[in-house]
Amino acid sequence: MVLSLVMFTGASQFAFVGVAAAGGSPLAAVSASLLLGVRNAFYGVPLSEILHPRGLARLWTAHFVIDETTAMAVSQATRRAQRYAFWATGLILFSLWQLGSLSGALIGRAVVPSDVGLDAAAPAVFLALLWPFLRRREARWVALGGAVVALALVPVAPPGIPVVAAATVALVAGLRPSRRGSEDQLEDRDIT
Amino acid sequence: MALLIAAVGSYLLKLAGVSLPESILNHPKVQRVAELLPIAMLSALVAVELFDGGGRYAVDWRALAGVAAGVGALLLRRGFLVVFVVAISVTALLRLVT
Repeated sequence: MVLSLVMFTGASQFAFVGVAAAGGSPLAAVSASLLLGVRNAFYGVPLSEILHPRGLARLWTAHFVIDETTAMAVSQATRRAQRYAFWATGLILFSLWQLGSLSGALIGRAVVPSDVGLDAAAPAVFLALLWPFLRRREARWVALGGAVVALALVPVAPPGIPVVAAATVALVAGLRPSRRGSEDQLEDRDIT
Repeated sequence: MALLIAAVGSYLLKLAGVSLPESILNHPKVQRVAELLPIAMLSALVAVELFDGGGRYAVDWRALAGVAAGVGALLLRRGFLVVFVVAISVTALLRLVT
């Protein structure tokens, strides 16, 4: 409940709870949720241009930086529509998120989770979050690699560590020299 | 305590995004790693949730079938909520009849 108020970023929340519930150490739970939150920092680049947050406004603008607000904001045509989309999406989702967490907390007390199939909920939710990324071929390889690394570590590493270790797959894949070197250079030139 | 650190950390990452100079975050390598991070980790979470029975491999075929039904919903381009409901209903139903 409180987690939803202070940590408004679903995937990280789910990861934290998932790792902690599996008996992972606090450190593993924290690392898993923070590594999943890294992408939010990169949403700041297009959003800063759109919103121009200054001084203290930055502090509360930042809390609403998530996948959905970024996607809605950058897809609008005019600056005004972009700002409106960011704040409207942010506030609506934030309210619904809190309502959802509250009802979840109340229902959770009344039922046995596995009776109502809730043990399938976590993997299904993670999969649904992952799905839109998988359109690119490279992403599918990285997803496969992450799953393989994590599963390989299950019998040997303490709980939670397999998930954190999967981050190395992203690191290796991301830092590997690009096979399409010329294409990358072209992009660099466009930016400068 | 860990919860607090995770919450503050998640927030600081977002704050960094709207505060840091663009040149750091616009570095192509940095961006690629950040793009791939959630992909590797979400996929790892799916795998671990399904096949980790507390330090050894274990799978509950009913949960697996539920998630498979969820994949069906994803293939039909259904939204998040539908996937969730389909997955838990199939699992709960199978558990009821077996």
